Amino acid sequence: MADEDDIILSELDDDELVQQMHDDLYDGLKEEIEEAVNILVERGWTPYDILTKALVAGMTIVGNDFRDGILFVPEVLLAANAMKGGMAILKPMLVETGAPRMGKMVIGTVKGDIHDIGKNLVAMMMEGAGFEVVDIGINNPVENYLEAIEREQADILGMSALLTTTMPYMKVVIDTMKEKGIRDDYLVLVGGAPLNEEFGKAIGADAYCRDAAVSVEIAKEMVARKHNQMGA
Amino acid sequence: MTNTLTRLLQTRDWLLADGATGTNLFNMGLESGEPPELWNVDHPDRIAKLYSLAVDAGSDLFLTNSFGGNASRLKLHNAQGRVRELNRTAAEIGRDVADKAGRPVAVCGSMGPTGDIFAPMGTLTHELAVEMFHEQAEGLKEGGADVLWVETISAPEEFAAAAEAAKLAGMDWCGTMSFDTAGRTMMGVTSAQLAALVEKLPNPPLAFGANCGVGAADLMRTVMGFVSSGTERPIIAKGNAGIPKYHDGHIHYDGTPALMGDYACLARDAGATIIGGCCGTMPEHLKAMHEALSTRERGPRPSLEDVTEKLGGFSSDTDGTGDDAGPTRERRGRRRG
Repeated sequence: MADEDDIILSELDDDELVQQMHDDLYDGLKEEIEEAVNILVERGWTPYDILTKALVAGMTIVGNDFRDGILFVPEVLLAANAMKGGMAILKPMLVETGAPRMGKMVIGTVKGDIHDIGKNLVAMMMEGAGFEVVDIGINNPVENYLEAIEREQADILGMSALLTTTMPYMKVVIDTMKEKGIRDDYLVLVGGAPLNEEFGKAIGADAYCRDAAVSVEIAKEMVARKHNQMGA
Repeated sequence: MTNTLTRLLQTRDWLLADGATGTNLFNMGLESGEPPELWNVDHPDRIAKLYSLAVDAGSDLFLTNSFGGNASRLKLHNAQGRVRELNRTAAEIGRDVADKAGRPVAVCGSMGPTGDIFAPMGTLTHELAVEMFHEQAEGLKEGGADVLWVETISAPEEFAAAAEAAKLAGMDWCGTMSFDTAGRTMMGVTSAQLAALVEKLPNPPLAFGANCGVGAADLMRTVMGFVSSGTERPIIAKGNAGIPKYHDGHIHYDGTPALMGDYACLARDAGATIIGGCCGTMPEHLKAMHEALSTRERGPRPSLEDVTEKLGGFSSDTDGTGDDAGPTRERRGRRRG
């Protein structure tokens, strides 16, 4: 399939360039993504449009294929890395132009649980999708979560557990949030190998996230819904 | 001198491995978050008990309490300086239990993943991984482990690094990966790919296979994938006792001893030689498996339909092997091929 000449990104029109960026994100080509972001900036695109139409839309394809078992973790990590390259260019401009934030997430593994690879993947993919992520690490008691969401003014709280013995602790965190009357100020997402949807509901989380791709999808959907409600 | 596991493999056509380590230790009072490896020194009696539970249930081999005993995992508890000691003691206690068993029982030195992601996306390099596994392997060797047992791996690079560490330590080894993502490992490895990878290593394992993952049915499909690859090497099947379910604030695995007995025989009929459990597999499950393997006749090689009928459905439509390799994405394909 590579019989055509190599592509010169700057010669593509806007639509083609965005299409190409989706492909390049899919292939995890960081330098090409950085170059393309700079081209769109020069062409006068707003940073927010570049973020949403080129980068986040491209990562959505990656996320869908991860969910569907077409892509696996190594490819997704490369894609997220390419996205990060583009984000590094856009971030200062997004702040400057006062563009709407995607949202901020505090994420950590619950008390008693030292497994962190799943949580790390979610953090990387959430960053890849344009969210700000504050990772508070492993073995977190409820106080750590509460302190971090307040300090960071987070929109989302993410909790992870790999053990059947530690997953019930998620309920302790949610119940404490309820007692303090702050439960509804945050979206609470839970994930980890032994969890399932039924468990997420039973403990009062907003959603159970089967994998990192689903976490991103659900976070985007729920943050958008929250914004709409606030606007209404 | 050959090791106990090699001798067992030469004389028997099935071997019963052990069950869960974590699930059993939690029942003995291990606090969540506490690294189980510290108990090798702090509560050697409980670790001896853990091993004895498997031996008494009929296991021909058991894994040492050293799964997270590499520098990277122990660092989370600021115990990275105790790798050698914790692995040596894990094996020493095992040696003692095995030698008193009154029949040949192999002590298999468990080595789990580092938990790190390989470069360029992560921080782990081949050299670092080999160094960490080698340090652990030397401790297990010193404590008297018969073989090394690399388990729950998802990245091919990590599998290869553990193999190299076994070579450096001059130990025979076995290796299993965890196939928990649409029939593949988290890093996308299929059963066929692992079977091929194993043969490319300069020091291939005595046996290879699958552990943990989703449920017993998925694990069976993976084992059948190894068999269709045409491998001549003994295959390991160590599946979870069903799937964890949440009821009234408690969690339990839904696999009954009877189901695990069926699973053990199905695994043997499918071509596995070393058969055991993983998470949720308690002594009563092992006893049922031992009973089933000892008393039931071998049956014909099961089909995927036989597996779902006895053990339940699969977690995904395909496992990425064979002609029906699952969905793909049509690409624009304009940039290099």
